[in-house]
Amino acid sequence: MTVVPARAAMVPAGTNAPRLIGQPVARLEDPPLLRGEGCFAGDVSFPHQLHMRVVRAQVAHGRILSIDTQPARARPGVVAVWTAADVAEVPPIPFRATKVQGLEAYCQPVLARGVVRYVGEPLAVVFANDAYAAEDVADLVVPEIEERPALLDAGEPPREFEPGRDTEPTVIRKGYGDVAAAFAAAAHVIELDLSVGRHSGVPLECRGAVARYDASRDVLEMYGAAKKSHWNRDEMARMLGRSPSTFHLYEGHVGGGFGVRGELYPEDVLVCVAALRLRRPVKWIEDRRENLVATNHSRQQRHRIAAAVDAEGRILGIRDQFFHDQGAYVRTHGARVADMAAGLLLGPYRVPAYEVAGHFRLTNKTPAATYRSPGRYETTFVRERLMDAVAQKVGIDAVEVRRRNLVASAEMPYARPLDALGTDVVLDSGDYAGLLGKALSRAGWDDRKAEVARRRASGEIVGLGLGMFVEKSGLGPSDGVRLTVDPSGCIELVTGAGSVGQGMETALAQICGEALGVDYRRIRVVRGRTDQIEFGNGAHASRVTVMSGSATQIAARAVREKALAAAAEMLQADPADLDLVDGRVVRRGGGARASVGLDEVARHLHPSSRYIGRRPPGLSAEGWFYSDHMNYPYGVHIAQVRLDPGTGMVHVERYLVAYDVGRAVNPMLIDGQIVGGLAQGLGGALYEQFTYDAQGQPLATTFADYLMVTAREMPDTVDVLITEDAPSPLNPLGLKGAGEGGTNAAGAAVAAAVDDALGRPGFVTALPVSPARIVAALATARTGAAS
Amino acid sequence: MKPAPFVHHVPRSLDEAVEMLARVAEDDGRILAGGQTLVPTMALRLARPSHLVDINTIPELTRIEVADGALVVGACVRHAAFHRPVEPGPLGALLATVVRHIAHLPIRTRGTMCGSLANADPASEWCLVAETLGAMLELRSVRGTRTIAADAFNLGYLETALAPDEMLAFVRLPLLPATTRFGFEEVSRRAGDYAQAMALAVCEIEGGVMRAVRLGLGAVEGKPRRLAEAEALLEGARPEPDLFRRAGAVASGLAEPVEADEEVAVYKRHLAGVVVERALLRAASIATDGSSHEIIRGVP
Amino acid sequence: MSEREIVLTVNGVEHRVRVEPRRTLVDTLRETIGLTGTHVGCEHGVCGACTVLLDGEPVRACLMFAVQAEGKAIRTVEGLATGDTLHPMQQAFMDHHALQCGFCTPGFLMLAVGVLERQPDITDDEIVDMLSSNLCRCTGYVNIIKAVRAVAAQGRVA
Ligand SMILES: Cc1cc2nc3c(=O)[nH]c(=O)nc-3n(C[C@H](O)[C@H](O)[C@H](O)COP(=O)(O)OP(=O)(O)OC[C@H]3O[C@@H](n4cnc5c(N)ncnc54)[C@H](O)[C@@H]3O)c2cc1C
Ligand code: FES
Ligand code: FES
Repeated sequence: MTVVPARAAMVPAGTNAPRLIGQPVARLEDPPLLRGEGCFAGDVSFPHQLHMRVVRAQVAHGRILSIDTQPARARPGVVAVWTAADVAEVPPIPFRATKVQGLEAYCQPVLARGVVRYVGEPLAVVFANDAYAAEDVADLVVPEIEERPALLDAGEPPREFEPGRDTEPTVIRKGYGDVAAAFAAAAHVIELDLSVGRHSGVPLECRGAVARYDASRDVLEMYGAAKKSHWNRDEMARMLGRSPSTFHLYEGHVGGGFGVRGELYPEDVLVCVAALRLRRPVKWIEDRRENLVATNHSRQQRHRIAAAVDAEGRILGIRDQFFHDQGAYVRTHGARVADMAAGLLLGPYRVPAYEVAGHFRLTNKTPAATYRSPGRYETTFVRERLMDAVAQKVGIDAVEVRRRNLVASAEMPYARPLDALGTDVVLDSGDYAGLLGKALSRAGWDDRKAEVARRRASGEIVGLGLGMFVEKSGLGPSDGVRLTVDPSGCIELVTGAGSVGQGMETALAQICGEALGVDYRRIRVVRGRTDQIEFGNGAHASRVTVMSGSATQIAARAVREKALAAAAEMLQADPADLDLVDGRVVRRGGGARASVGLDEVARHLHPSSRYIGRRPPGLSAEGWFYSDHMNYPYGVHIAQVRLDPGTGMVHVERYLVAYDVGRAVNPMLIDGQIVGGLAQGLGGALYEQFTYDAQGQPLATTFADYLMVTAREMPDTVDVLITEDAPSPLNPLGLKGAGEGGTNAAGAAVAAAVDDALGRPGFVTALPVSPARIVAALATARTGAAS
Repeated sequence: MKPAPFVHHVPRSLDEAVEMLARVAEDDGRILAGGQTLVPTMALRLARPSHLVDINTIPELTRIEVADGALVVGACVRHAAFHRPVEPGPLGALLATVVRHIAHLPIRTRGTMCGSLANADPASEWCLVAETLGAMLELRSVRGTRTIAADAFNLGYLETALAPDEMLAFVRLPLLPATTRFGFEEVSRRAGDYAQAMALAVCEIEGGVMRAVRLGLGAVEGKPRRLAEAEALLEGARPEPDLFRRAGAVASGLAEPVEADEEVAVYKRHLAGVVVERALLRAASIATDGSSHEIIRGVP
Repeated sequence: MSEREIVLTVNGVEHRVRVEPRRTLVDTLRETIGLTGTHVGCEHGVCGACTVLLDGEPVRACLMFAVQAEGKAIRTVEGLATGDTLHPMQQAFMDHHALQCGFCTPGFLMLAVGVLERQPDITDDEIVDMLSSNLCRCTGYVNIIKAVRAVAAQGRVA
């Protein structure tokens, strides 16, 4: 897309009805970040603070025989050294419950108790005056561990987790329709065995937490929170036996979230416990090696999927069995990723009968949870591979097979007899075929096909692939904001949502500015602070713009009404004749006649104002928005790749993401989200993977091994088509979230393009695509051709 | 990831440096050059030297000049010095080509050629260059000076002939005859990553046939090596794609990858053939298209 | 541990600090001097979040000890803007939405400024090459490339 340079697009002062929603205005967030004046977790320091360092397990599985802390304690300057026994009263890390039962016994203790289950598991913590010294001391803590065999493949039969419990806490089963009949009636049955590797969000900022106990006020505070500040506060308060109102979490700048940052981890609890006990501020900053083994992993699944189709390639039924590699413990998401995989696998297609069994299994690897487009990146890869296989089987092309199976716009809203994250799956709106058509024409699909054919004839190994998907966003149940105009006319918007760097402040300010009639730059967005607002649902699952945006609009309209009513008194006018334009209440069509600024209105409503009377003072309002259902943005990815015939490496030449977001508040931000998400999706498709050796030692523990794309690996051309064809009927602005659409189908589209380049349908069965396998395939093709 | 403590020594001359090194060598004292390998290794606490002899402020080690038919490069000459040809002949062009494959610009502004040689990473580009061109390395200690060939210096996978009290002071790369052609090819997973395989081909072409062929393979085995069998195949032959393919096949056959994993080893052997063939094609195409060398614009 | 007193010149200002020799330049800038604009993303030289200019050249501040930077001119992101006026590179990043979380941004700014000051005639392809030395996990780089190209095209840094 073409983004209008942000400065040029700023709303000119004095225009009558500022259209802010839909404008690519410049971000409010940028100036401090550009000047190095941001405040990330590591930037927070307090006088006399202690530094915490975690001693981590070096073996994947074993019984703890002893942990000798004596040499560490003896070191001068060491304030404390703790093992599990020192925090015995602290319960394990909880999870956000869904319908899935029986996970409690698999939760992670804040320090390993008796058994270690993955390399990187916290065994002990040390506290010293300086980060360097803390690391020196941590080296002196010597655990003695009796190693046990590591379970590293979720496809293997479960083993004992602890007496009476095996490593498969649950099997997620969903389905509807008569699957057996569908398969009995099928003209063709297509079966595939597909895997997605272990990836993770890997934000550029590692985690960090700084806790401080202020005994004078009996308040415990933790800086470095993100994503789920309120939930984390409430749960940690419970774990520490404190009342939540004496415990506050603060989110500062967050160097990327992507699902993993801001979850509740053992280290967060430990710094809080330490601040209380040691009565000094305690700072913990994760280093990168820790980050790659201690922060949530994600994605790893293996699917055995089968489709029953009729002779024309129409799906009659799908049956899927998958193995979800959860790693060593259940973390805060419980079984949500597997649940979403099972509930959302079907994407945009009409599937009369469906049956899925998701084996949620523990292994001796880093625990897993969500990462951008969780459960969807994986299942889109699986489903779209399946669609390509169906096309191949019945002899139609990739586009036709999809057209034949897409849910039609006339069928919207389309209820699937399934649930995901505890809500029924009702596809709220969408014109899937319409977007497919737009994407194909935007990409110049037919010309691309011809170009690829021509280049192939001249010996190049090039191919095209496409993937379609349905995302989900706007997870409820509620979000609230409080909007206050202060006596200087400045507007403060306090939200319980959080920001992990997406630009939510700007988006909310735009919505607020438009509803209120003020320049969005006069709005200060306060987020991620539990002391400022009682409730909040944080920043995840592409929910912020939808939920908080809707709440913002409600609050802004309420403030506007209050302002007009008060101004009507001040101007002795009828509120109906007044309008709020550019921060001033004016008479409609009123030319140069009297007007009042919001600052004057706020002063008029001040408790000390002589006009206040008996009404509640202040120019402020709360807005709450509730939603029982998620909404479902949808999109198309088209990839064109070139393979190096010698090295088997895949270069992405062109890429198109077409995405319908219902309504785009700020297209520049959405474009940014999509391109950034794509980089992560491509990483997972081609480069990134957490691998382990046979003993369960992680092999990707530095940035030299966990390969995220650089500027060089991005496609030569990235095109983004944002459409607003299907506004969501579930919120007043028609919004759908935009955070995950760039990631979702990248694995699927790249896999299809690689197949196409090789002329081997179904070649890619695992992500990331392996150059070594491509080389082997090319060699077979050559010998095949020669013989 | 904070380095363990060490004592920092700052010598002002080469003599002082080797004296200091001699004093601390027994106590895991080491040279600190560009720090681009040593510091991350210390941050990971895979290395905990108790003394570092920091050679960054020794003027005589920044020496880079042509003397006696060789380019002399001091221990403090950074990778970035080679972005523009350091001498007008083929050697300068070769180094300017190869250097762009070493890490990224901000690493190259600190890392040194001698540091790479002393570190002896199998995937080091400079180690491949030194091996292929037959560089001579001047080692200094309080016990004296000795000069040894790159091949004898590099003992494979991070091992060298350096004694604990010895430092690499200078490397001498022989100048190449003006008619020399070269081709360098590297495969790495992402831009700037360490190589998975790389090859350097150097030759002259006289009367339509290749002479003085040197062919080096790097990043596949524990140390770079010349491929004598392939060189023999090429010597005196016409530069043709088919021949280069055969040379690649020879390289694949000879290569013994360090990786235990069979799939990776098979792939690496294959890559050995690919980089050799491509390096030769580059060397030859430079010859056929009439331009003298592959001149790449330098970054200052 | 034995600390040493050194003087570091950062953005033209001299700072007299006491540091252990093992303290990296980036930790010294951030923790000892209090200039937290330079970030730490990996401490092993790969991400580039810690990039600063040392005598005009971009270096990884996590791969140097502070004691090695004595006598050198160190420039960090805090020194880019002039009062309220952003440096052209900062402005271009804002105009092209070349930052999201902003964690990588100081490193990218210093890298690009350092290279463009020395090589104002840099080509588009060289820009991609140069930028591939730093990691950004949010933007997918496209807008960073656009921003730097725009500055290069206008010759505003030279
Ligand atoms: C992200 C990243 C990517 C990289 N990619 C590559 C790459 O693609 N190719 C590549 O070749 N390198 C790469 N490197 C390494 C880089 O080239 C280093 O600069 C080089 O390996 C070591 O040189 P140095 O001067 O930095 O040595 P240092 O790090 O200072 O020292 C390395 C080792 O050599 C010893 N040593 C150094 N100099 C001497 C000497 N004169 N005498 C005796 N001993 C000495 C030291 O004691 C130490 O043990 C990369 C580094 C990083 C951080
Ligand atoms: S922190 Fe220095 S390169 Fe990552
Ligand atoms: S903007 Fe977040 S890492 Fe670059």
